[in-house]
Amino acid sequence: MTAAGVLGGAKEGGRLAHRVLLVRELGIAVALALLVGVTVLVNPRFLTAQGIKDLLLGATILAVLAVGQSIVVITRNVDLSVGSVLGLSAFATGSLFVANPGLPIPVALAAGVLLGAACGVVNGGLIAAARVPALVVTLGTLYVFRGLDHTWAGGRQINAADMPPGFLRMGSGTLLGVPVLTLFAVVVLVAAGYYLRGYRSGRELYAIGSSPAAARLAGIPVGRRVFAAFVASGALAGLAGVLYAARFGTLDANAGNGFELNVVAAVVVGGVAIFGGSGSVYGAALGAVLLTTISSALPVLGVSPFWQRAAVGALILAAIGLDRALAVRLAKTLRGRNGHG
Amino acid sequence: MSARIRGGRAVALALLTALTLAAAGCAGEEPATTAGQPAAGGGAKTIKEGLKIAFLPKQVNNPYFDASDNKGGKVAVEEVKGVYSQTGPSEASPSAQVSYINTLSQQGADVIVVSANDKDAICGALQEARTAGAKVVTYDSDTNPSCRDVFINQASAEGIAASQVKLISEAVGPDGGEIAILSATANATNQNAWIAMMKTELAKPEHGRLKLVATVYGDDDDQKSFQEAQGLLAKHPNLKGIISPTTVGVAAAARYLSGSEYKGKVQLTGLGTPNQMRAYVKDGTVKSFALWNPSDLGYLAAYAGGALASGLITGKEGEKFTAGRLGEYTVGKDGVVLLGDPFVFTKDNIDEFDF
Repeated sequence: MTAAGVLGGAKEGGRLAHRVLLVRELGIAVALALLVGVTVLVNPRFLTAQGIKDLLLGATILAVLAVGQSIVVITRNVDLSVGSVLGLSAFATGSLFVANPGLPIPVALAAGVLLGAACGVVNGGLIAAARVPALVVTLGTLYVFRGLDHTWAGGRQINAADMPPGFLRMGSGTLLGVPVLTLFAVVVLVAAGYYLRGYRSGRELYAIGSSPAAARLAGIPVGRRVFAAFVASGALAGLAGVLYAARFGTLDANAGNGFELNVVAAVVVGGVAIFGGSGSVYGAALGAVLLTTISSALPVLGVSPFWQRAAVGALILAAIGLDRALAVRLAKTLRGRNGHG
Repeated sequence: MSARIRGGRAVALALLTALTLAAAGCAGEEPATTAGQPAAGGGAKTIKEGLKIAFLPKQVNNPYFDASDNKGGKVAVEEVKGVYSQTGPSEASPSAQVSYINTLSQQGADVIVVSANDKDAICGALQEARTAGAKVVTYDSDTNPSCRDVFINQASAEGIAASQVKLISEAVGPDGGEIAILSATANATNQNAWIAMMKTELAKPEHGRLKLVATVYGDDDDQKSFQEAQGLLAKHPNLKGIISPTTVGVAAAARYLSGSEYKGKVQLTGLGTPNQMRAYVKDGTVKSFALWNPSDLGYLAAYAGGALASGLITGKEGEKFTAGRLGEYTVGKDGVVLLGDPFVFTKDNIDEFDF
């Protein structure tokens, strides 16, 4: 999945890189299985039907955000505004229902996604026009969007009683045992995964992240692709906002405050290199599931809340260390083969 | 002291003082009251008209302070024919209130009603305002007693703890069982004081059948509170009830229970606002919960401020004043005025409230 594979370089090298990536995702899956296994041994109720539902529901919103974030991170950018976009979209959804109690749910979903995409357009436009690093621009829009949310919401709080029962049922309901909200995340994940792997423009995102200069020389419209990545991230944050409203049922100007760091953590733990060019949305989604499972499992295991954050931090460091080790090893192997070939 | 409204912003603080001044005058004259109005030498027993009473909450864009200031304090200020205003920061941070206090002082406010984001940070500014002639009333969250004239305490820790234990005991039923507490942050002073009092309360023989098995912290964050509620139910299969004395925690726990197999089997009570709890009270997830009435809090603070500015009281223990429709209050130790016992909301009365 590195640029080498994209640009049709050493085929063998590409396959190797793919294998490394697979190992990387497998690693997260194993960690997840271990965590769940140990927790179940300690407390079998962790994996009852209700327990599984809780786990999936818990991971859903973070997973949707992580998919959007990894699309951006793969291009060697970062979108720190997702928490604020989520908050804005969640409050917008609530306000729409307050103003039109009979509003069909698909309309609310579309409105949330569109609002998020509009925020993404602002991000992408600023980054393209001002040629300022995304880190700085989205740090700015993080506050701008949150400020808008505060101005709009004022002191108001939108509560479960203000939203239609059907919408709230979507937030806690299940289809064949799988929470409805999680189905949204699965659709998003599969679509994004398929696009990044199967489409030329999707592959080009990896090339941009591996080496923006080389990608430009290769004729890839870097500006346009990065812009699109931010719009996608914004739209998914908007979708996550609607899901947030359905799940929590209580909304004010602070919904999603501080989410951005969880999202970046999930992406990094999931094996998407923070410097772009490698990783997959599946890994990022797994990372999101792992992080939320940790924070669900630690209370069940009776671990002190003070250790929970430390555990997440240690995991991020471990993930980065592993990435680094794999990258060095891969580079060495590729060099070796090319030398002999 | 604040009830923590969403997201850990302690909400209810600051603006009320000013109101109080204006408000106190009118009421003072009503019937029965006058027994102990100390400073009212020679019959000035009413609150002066035209007092400028300014409310400075912890945070302006917060429903709790909207209720206390604009739906409580303002009413009282109008009753005493004062001039009401509300101002304050949009984020509850300790230093943010200082510049607002300075401005109010320069504008010649007669009363500043403030909910302190930090009990020390605004002290200097408040002292300057008092030197300039303003009376300072704190409400919801106090400063150091030396920095203000009176503090309107929404509820005593004992009162809150007793009502929470009583409500969960009633909800769980006579057989009792295991209960747990879902708190805000592990280092929140007010939460820890309430939890300690609840433990004392639970140790009494009449609550012998209730057994506290865990105290967990949701950090006043929806997601975290959800996960902690899930963890409680997974870890304690025999859990019968949860007390969540924080508005974020109780709403999150209610939302979780209402969508889970535990609905109706595990009881929940806590401190919450009627609007956020309405859906869960009506669908049977929650039988009852408590909170003080923030409008009454603001109303009382306005009257107290009015009484101070009119010289009816000075903040000494034992002084009495009348706060309009709420009746007569007595200043307690350290200039603290207690609003009363927490108010209990059930499905029968919840529709009478909108905050």
